[in-house]
Amino acid sequence: MTVVAEQTPTFDCRIDFADELITMARADERIVAVCNDSVGSSNLVKFREEFPHRLVNVGIAEQDLVGVAAGLANAGFIPFVSAAAPFLTGRALEQIKADVVYSDRHVVLCGQSPGMAYGELGPTHHSIEDISWMRAVPGLPVVVPADPAQTRAAVRWAAASGRPSYLRIPRFKVPAVTPADAVFETGRATRLAEGGDLTVIAVGTMVSRALDAAALLREQGVEARVVNMTFVEPLDVAEVVAAAEETGVIVTAEEGLVSGGLGAAVAKVVAEHRPVPVRMVGVPTFAPTGSTSFLLDHFGLNADGIAKAAREALGRS
Amino acid sequence: MTALDIAPRPLELDEAAARAYVERGAGLRAATPAEAAPELAKIATGIRRDVLTTIQAARMGHVGGDLSVTDLLVTAMWGTLRLDPFDPANPERDRFILSKGHCAAALYSTLASCGFFARERLSEFMAPLSPLNGHPNRVKVPGVETNTGPLGHGFPVATGCALGAKLRGESWRTIVVLGDGEMQEGSNWEAAMTAAHYGLDNLTAVVDRNRLQQGARTEDTNKLEPLDDKWAAFGWEVRIIDGHDHQAIKEAYAPSTTGRPVAVVANTVKGKGVSFMEDRVEWHHKVPTDEQVRLALEELSR
Repeated sequence: MTVVAEQTPTFDCRIDFADELITMARADERIVAVCNDSVGSSNLVKFREEFPHRLVNVGIAEQDLVGVAAGLANAGFIPFVSAAAPFLTGRALEQIKADVVYSDRHVVLCGQSPGMAYGELGPTHHSIEDISWMRAVPGLPVVVPADPAQTRAAVRWAAASGRPSYLRIPRFKVPAVTPADAVFETGRATRLAEGGDLTVIAVGTMVSRALDAAALLREQGVEARVVNMTFVEPLDVAEVVAAAEETGVIVTAEEGLVSGGLGAAVAKVVAEHRPVPVRMVGVPTFAPTGSTSFLLDHFGLNADGIAKAAREALGRS
Repeated sequence: MTALDIAPRPLELDEAAARAYVERGAGLRAATPAEAAPELAKIATGIRRDVLTTIQAARMGHVGGDLSVTDLLVTAMWGTLRLDPFDPANPERDRFILSKGHCAAALYSTLASCGFFARERLSEFMAPLSPLNGHPNRVKVPGVETNTGPLGHGFPVATGCALGAKLRGESWRTIVVLGDGEMQEGSNWEAAMTAAHYGLDNLTAVVDRNRLQQGARTEDTNKLEPLDDKWAAFGWEVRIIDGHDHQAIKEAYAPSTTGRPVAVVANTVKGKGVSFMEDRVEWHHKVPTDEQVRLALEELSR
């Protein structure tokens, strides 16, 4: 069960995504939105009202979606491709690889409603694989904002980066977790809680739940450091090594497949630099039927599940 | 010498060739198709010769498709589009995209003829660390607009270019050349719908209709016919031509007059210009022996 989420206001980050994009589009006429019949689901109706000619909707055609965006970048635009994460990353994977990343086109790929945000619609509409798939494309930054402030910062960062990137925009409501003075830089993690017994490294919707887990663990006499990794690629290697050296145990938490995601990225660094016990909290397989909340609890993607993994890693289960 | 001894050398402008291209190209663009055809034919023969020696040096390549697409490439880049070898990223340039990226030898030979880089560099085709990879890389090869190779990619990108020109209110145009076997890729038909929907009359899609794909005839593999009706049904203006007739090609490359994008179905012969390669499936990527190259060059010098 989550603790913080029940007491504090929570936010659908699509609203901040769209609002920030509109703000930026007012200042930079190169910014266009490219959709696959996803104007409503990306919350881009207001964008279309304000910039009717700068919203391109190719319909339900994801390969075309990404290819057209690469062409718009060729023509001097900064396209924000906004589509449901499973279809954007799965259907158009080769376009992402060849037309955008290998061709080095400044296209911002925005995976909406990722993880298990589509709940009862099932694994066809879940996007538990996107972090793994996007990590497998050489040189593509994989950015997983955890709250509204980070979502806005990610949009600004991606527009200014001059390079392709993948942004994973949460739809499942999350509380604000980012300190006001936090910086948003390529490959830079944010330390949200200090503790010497272990480190929980989380991204996206799991960050607030990692903080809740730390509160639970504190009641049990375990002090957990909590790190919001934000960039699964490029990973904040120094922060991972520091976690291994200074706390000796690491738990990772992500609303995504454990194979090839954040946990795998962290484990690689740990194995190469400073081997310590690592436990990975994530989605192990195709989900059964259920709401997003139900499924997150089902797979232990909550404070209890993260705390349990921590105790196991510490040998105190 | 090992691969490690070879330093990657970037491709650089061939100033003399580029100057010649700018001058001669302007003349060929301004000329009527009938006037321009003889000179375009001469340039194309030179490109075919370069394709053969390039593949001979590399001992790899897709010679059949290179020779079928040559006249379409030469007429686009020399006789129709305003390319800028002096500033390959010039925002006002016309865009040329070869979607059938496996015919890189023909593309590289034509780009070199326009001065984007020196013709001598063709001898590095597919050599270790060469910028001239087996499929074109825009980051390494000036004049390449997007990295192609997997089929069905160039057309959606070209559609995005043409849409971008429209959104900017600019007059540059885009030509994309596709293989016919490539038309089996569904992504192309997604792009065909989008281009028609947005009324992209600044886009020309050319199908190199040589009727052969890697393993067999297209019609024995996954039928394309009636290809002209398909384009028409998708909302395109269709022009059917002999893809080795430079006058017909230049005419077909004329801008749209209907407000619709233009599809050129160019009937071609795979291996065109070399008698023993023509219309033979095995020459998709077979490498000619030195003796066969000699015979082929002899045929191409007649």
